[in-house]
Amino acid sequence: MNETAAPLPTQAQISAEIAAAPSGRSEPALGFAPYRSSLLRFPTKDLRQADPEGAELLAPVFGQHDVDPLEADLTIQAGGEPLGERILLTGRVLDGDGRPVRHQLVEIWQANASGRYIHQRDQHPAPIDPNFTGVGRCLTDADGNYSFTTIKPGPYPWQNHRNAWRPAHVHFSLFGTDFTQRLVTQMYFPGDQLFALDPIYQSITDPAARERLVATYEHDLSQHEWLLGYRWDIVLTGSHATPLEGEDHA
Amino acid sequence: MPERTPGQTVGPFFHYALPYDGDRELMPVGTGIRLHGIVYDGAGEPVPDALLEIRQADAAGVVPQVPGSLLRNGVFTGWGRSSTDLAGEYWFSTVEPGSVDGGAPFFAVTVFARGLLDRLFTRIYLPNPPADRLLASLDHEDQARMIATREKDGSLRFDLHLQGDNQSIFLTYPGHQ
Ligand SMILES: [Fe+2]
Repeated sequence: MNETAAPLPTQAQISAEIAAAPSGRSEPALGFAPYRSSLLRFPTKDLRQADPEGAELLAPVFGQHDVDPLEADLTIQAGGEPLGERILLTGRVLDGDGRPVRHQLVEIWQANASGRYIHQRDQHPAPIDPNFTGVGRCLTDADGNYSFTTIKPGPYPWQNHRNAWRPAHVHFSLFGTDFTQRLVTQMYFPGDQLFALDPIYQSITDPAARERLVATYEHDLSQHEWLLGYRWDIVLTGSHATPLEGEDHA
Repeated sequence: MPERTPGQTVGPFFHYALPYDGDRELMPVGTGIRLHGIVYDGAGEPVPDALLEIRQADAAGVVPQVPGSLLRNGVFTGWGRSSTDLAGEYWFSTVEPGSVDGGAPFFAVTVFARGLLDRLFTRIYLPNPPADRLLASLDHEDQARMIATREKDGSLRFDLHLQGDNQSIFLTYPGHQ
């Protein structure tokens, strides 16, 4: 393993690098030095412009046989109730033109309330919750809505630098109607004191753009004596396929 | 127009969430061809925590729009997902795509990895492609970097280099920045 090499940088060094990065990027900079793992894993040559054709114009299709509705409730997948704050995560998946992405797959994964993943590589000495796997799936409805019941994940430490902590987040995997709309991202919770320190969140150097990754607490989504509600809408890139006449009636 | 949601890295902990039984078997193993290769980083080291997805036409050039990719109950859906193993290798069991509307046949590919802050797109063309607009815009070396190699066992080999002299060709589409 590489851990024995150079001593880890301090948060102050990483924060200085974040502050020095060119601002105004509404997508993550692929090579973002404060996120050390990016250094050898990003293309340095320009991306090539392509006109989407063939299979690129059509996202995969998922159906009711692919996804059990119970997979949208991460609090019932093991024997008992997981520990932590029970929450509802809901929102709409839209394409770049504001149209709902209907009946499409949404996948999520997350740490438990203590900030621990059920993953062999997660060595953080926080407790595993035997009642929480941290994995969910659902299909959006006819208006593009998705909804998950889960618990609020905890922040967790990582090896990017000394005393590095990820803000609490839920990983999201999304499809559109085009293959080119594929998106994997992370949803954050409002008011997290770790935002300013996190090189992954800060790799989007336009503040308004990165704030689009932060859910909103919405009291009307909270349920009496049961859970707290958060809303997070997701906007994909535009679709390239020519809309078929009458597709709204499909 | 609503504003686009930015991407973030898939991170190191996707293995218990995104892979599933049959994820890379668009065709049952042994009934199709094998598409495989190794993902390398800029130091030439294999990347053991990458994830590839492919989208493709069937042999007749029809891109299936049928559900069942998670179920894998014998229907060819034209979509699959493969994480890389400890040696950086991915593989799919599938069919060779046919030409769609006369274009050169290819697998459309999305790449994710720990350390990669946003997804990358590319194409894997079949060997000896006919005339193609994208390939025609590339020099000979870069063309070769987008075309799979036929191995002696009949499989298709395609390595991906995220960075370096031999970096793969990655694509952007209108509307992406
Ligand atoms: Fe994470």
